Parts: sequence; C-alpha cells; structure tokens
Amino acid sequence: MTSAATPTTARAPAGLSPARRFQNTVMGGLILLATLIVVAPLILIFFYLLKEGIGAMNLNFFTRVPAPEGETGGGLLNAIAGSVEMLLMASVIGVLVGVAGGIFLSEYPRHPLMPTIRMLSDVLAGIPAIVMGLVAYGLIVLKFGFSGFAGALALGFLMIPIVVRTSEEVLKLVPLSVREAGLALGLPKWLVTLRIVLPAAAGGIITGVMLALARVAGEAAPLLFTAFGNPGVNLDPRGPMSALPLEIYRGATSAYDENQRLAKAGALLLITLIFVTSLLARRFSRRR
Amino acid sequence: MSEPARRDPTPARLSSSSDRVFEILILMLASIIVLVFLTSIYQLGKDSWPALTHFGLAFFTQRTWNPVNNTFGASSMIAGTLITSLVALLISVPLAVASALFVAEYAPKWLANPVGYLIELLAAVPSVVYGLWALFVIAPVLGRWQITFFNPEFPDRLALYTKCAGLWADNKTTLQCFFVPSSGAGRGLALAIIILTVMILPYTASVARDVIRLVPADQREAMYALGATKWEVISRAILPYARAGILGGVILALGRALGETLAVAMVIGDSQDVLRSIWGNASTMASVIANQFGDARELLHRSSVVTLGLTLFFLSVLVNYVARLIIARLTPRGIQ
Repeated sequence: MTSAATPTTARAPAGLSPARRFQNTVMGGLILLATLIVVAPLILIFFYLLKEGIGAMNLNFFTRVPAPEGETGGGLLNAIAGSVEMLLMASVIGVLVGVAGGIFLSEYPRHPLMPTIRMLSDVLAGIPAIVMGLVAYGLIVLKFGFSGFAGALALGFLMIPIVVRTSEEVLKLVPLSVREAGLALGLPKWLVTLRIVLPAAAGGIITGVMLALARVAGEAAPLLFTAFGNPGVNLDPRGPMSALPLEIYRGATSAYDENQRLAKAGALLLITLIFVTSLLARRFSRRR
Repeated sequence: MSEPARRDPTPARLSSSSDRVFEILILMLASIIVLVFLTSIYQLGKDSWPALTHFGLAFFTQRTWNPVNNTFGASSMIAGTLITSLVALLISVPLAVASALFVAEYAPKWLANPVGYLIELLAAVPSVVYGLWALFVIAPVLGRWQITFFNPEFPDRLALYTKCAGLWADNKTTLQCFFVPSSGAGRGLALAIIILTVMILPYTASVARDVIRLVPADQREAMYALGATKWEVISRAILPYARAGILGGVILALGRALGETLAVAMVIGDSQDVLRSIWGNASTMASVIANQFGDARELLHRSSVVTLGLTLFFLSVLVNYVARLIIARLTPRGIQ
C-alpha cells in the first residue's frame, strides 16, 4: 500500500519538523528509561544478596544445619542436601515423561492422541506451582505423611511440560532425511529414534532439562505441604525434607536475625546456581 | 509417515513388532501427562467437595472468611487476585514492550544480547527471592514514607490520616483515603502489586521481543522510505503488526500473575477484610493457600482452601488456553 505513494514524494527533503524530531527523541529516551527500570531489579537484587549474604557463606554454612532459634553459627546443609536429592528424584520423573512426551509429539504426529497430549502439556505448563503442591498433598501426604518423595513428585510434575516442549522442538529440528537414511538402512523406527534422532537432539534436550531444573529448583510453594522442611539432614525420601527455597521462605519471614542471615546467604547460593545453570544452558544450545 | 513403505518387504515384519512395543511404551509414558492432568482435577475436586456441597456457589460470592465460625466465602481473595494481577499487568505491559523495543530495535548487537540475557534471568529469579527482597529492601523504603502520616511534624498528613482512620473504622473509604497508608509496615496490597509487576515483566518482554523481531524488514523499510522517524516506524509499522503476538505474551503474563504465590504471600499481609486503602493488608487465592493450608485443621477450612486451588487451576487453564489460541491464530509462525 505504502509503495503507491513513493513516486509522488519527490520533493527535496525538507528535514524533520521540530515537533516530530522532539517526539522521536522523547520516545527513544522513554524506551531507554523503561529498559533501565526493567533491568534494575535484577541488578539490585543480586547486589543486595551479594552484600548481605556473602559474609554468611563460610564453611559452617555448607557443613552445619540451622542453629536452634536464638543461637548463631548454623548453616544450611539440611536444605542443600534436601534440594539436591529432591531435584534428582524430580528429574527422573521429569526427564522420563518429558522426553517420552517430546518423542511422542514429534515422531508420532498422526497419532489420534497427539493433539490431546500436546494441549494438556501446554495446560500443565500454566498451572500454578502451589496447586501442584495441593495435588501431591492429596496423593501422597494424606496417606503417608510429609515426605521428600511427595515434594519431588510435585517438582517432577512441574518439570514435565518444560521438558516436553523443548525436546519436541529440538527433535523436530532433526532433518527428516536423517530419519529416512536410517530407515533406508533397514533399521526399525524405534532404533532410528533412539540411536539416531535422539543423539542428534541430545544437546537441545539437555538444555531443556537444565532450564526445567533451574525453574523448579527455586520453587518453595509446592514443597510447603509436601516436603514440609526438616531442621536436620534427612536423606530418606520417606521422611520430611528441607530445601533451599523452603529455608529462604522460613528465614525471610522469621523474626530472628540469624535466620534472616541464613535466608539471605541461601538466596545468594540459590540465585547463583540458577543463573549459572540458565547461562550454561543457553551457551550449550548456542554451540549446537 | 513411512509406515506403508515398511509394511511390504519381509525383513520389516521383524521390526514392525518391536516398533509396536516401542510405540506403546512411548505412548504409555506420554500418557502420564494426561494422567497428571486428570489426577489433579480428581484430587482437587475430591478435596474441595465438602466445601462446595456445604456452601454451593455462594462460596464464590460470599465475603466472610472466618475459620472460627466455619464460614468461608472466597470473594475477597478472588477480588485480591484479580486486582493485584490486573494492576500489575497494567504497569508492566508498557515497560515490557518498551524494553522489547529497545532490545529489538534500538540497541546495537553487543548491547542487545546482554540486556536480553538480563531480562530472561529476571524470569529465573525464584519467587521466594523476590519476596525476600521485597520484605527486606522495598518494604522499609515504603515504610519510611508511610510513617510520615503518623508523624506530628507533618500536620496536614496526620490530619488526613486521622480523617481517613475515622472513615475506615466505619468500613468506608473515599478516593483520597484509598491512597492514604493505614500502617507503617510497608507491607500490603501495594507492595504485592509492585513485586508482581517486576515478576511478570520478563514474560511479556520476551514474547514481545520475539514477535517484534519477526516483523518483516520490508515493513520497516517501506515506512523509513516514506521519511518516517524511528518512533513513527515503531508506532505505525511495527507495533500494529506485532500486536497480536504481544497480546498473547500479555495473557501468558496474566496467567503467571494469577498463580504467583510466595512472593505475594510474604508481602500482602494475609487479611480478608474489606479493602479500605491500597496500602492495607489483603490476600489473594494463592497467598491464602500458602498461608493457611498448613494450619487448617477443620475439614471445612481445609476443603475451602483446596477449593481456592481448584478455582486457580481452572482459571489458569482458561487463561493459558486463550493465550495460546491468540498466539497460534494471530501471529506468523515461529515465536513459540
């Protein structure tokens, strides 16, 4: 449409009117300002935690459990151990179901169940984490009591849609000719999928798993009534377990300075791990 | 796909049975997604049944939420969820779109990538960390300003507060009083809105950035060729082209905001009273679940809290569905 007007605008360039120039500059400035406002919280949060938390990150922080209320010198070993164990258990669920879902969506696109599973996976991605906590509570905690396993189940459910989405995308990026080459060699479809397509997409799938881990590692809401928290180190998934985000939540809402100090150090540790994982994941997907 | 081609030759017969096994195995694992969805509905439905049968639809319109009398109505926290989410959305959308424009249109490449990184990291910060920051950093700043309303050194502010406190005591408020702080703690509805705004910014921003990048270069060049300034290109050629995709991003952000739990629960003050000041304590559905489920001993109380979860479940399903519909229908392919 606009090209029709081009031939008629053959006048000598008159330069911008001051009003338009002014508007252009002002809007550019506002956009820059808005971007600064958007980025500022991240930098403020990181440096606040660095300033407040780095002092508490000593050997005790990694080797001790929180001191009894009112005492000082504790650490967050219980939370670190609990987080690691629950994330490992959650990734078993998340990776197994997530990658299988990705394979199903990308390799069996004509299956009658495909649209349903794609839609439900998208829907699961939007369900608030705390609601998943309520579901895991009803499923496990009501019968067996608070447990690390219940927490891991809630986290695993949250991981599934993220892994499904990324693995479906990267599997679809593997060229069809690669699959056809495998089939032409007489390989059955399952071998082509497992030995040719999956390895070709492995980098992207690992990226997706790392992003999913980074996302659920910071979730405290689904753990509130499932893993519940534990003042001591517990490695038995049948018992209540602590986690970094849980300790941060308890510490930040606690009245004791010592707990608040641990919460800030825990937040620094958590946020650093999450940032490193996200950045590594992005690097990894770039190189692919 | 290549199914018919493999059926005929004899060697393929061997593999076709193992292919069936593999397909069934993958289907079974993938069906766990369906199972999770159905289990969630069943579990939430079962646990909220006592409250739903006891109160009926009045649960959603009743305002009283009183564990002592076993009377539960969710309208005040439904309102809290909607108010916090929509106001946060209103503030965050212009900021998010502007930052997307900066990354996609203004910044040179060496700057655009790091800024894009930073905005994505904003989405990776856990909810509890936002809550901690809001409690320890923003709340004291707000509190310092709020305290001036109770300080005799500022007589006009004190007079305003005294006038409003009288109104509040009768459960009334005026437009002016609605913006007068009711306590000096810094916590409350306003802080929840502030932190929610920050938290949902990256969702709109990253979708908007992707969509803006997909606007064809022709579109921009045609406008520049007419002698338009950069802002005119953005406002008349880029934003109208990208608006459907941006709208999808906005609705995704709304979905996030509705379910955001701990950061809000930590700062909003968990009160189910009528809202008389934007600085006052309030609650959202998610914050009530986080703050009360653990302490809910009575069956009806517990069941009412789960009903909030069920409501939230369906609300987020609906919002996400609409968002994906918009993104799928109205934008060029490639932004998912």
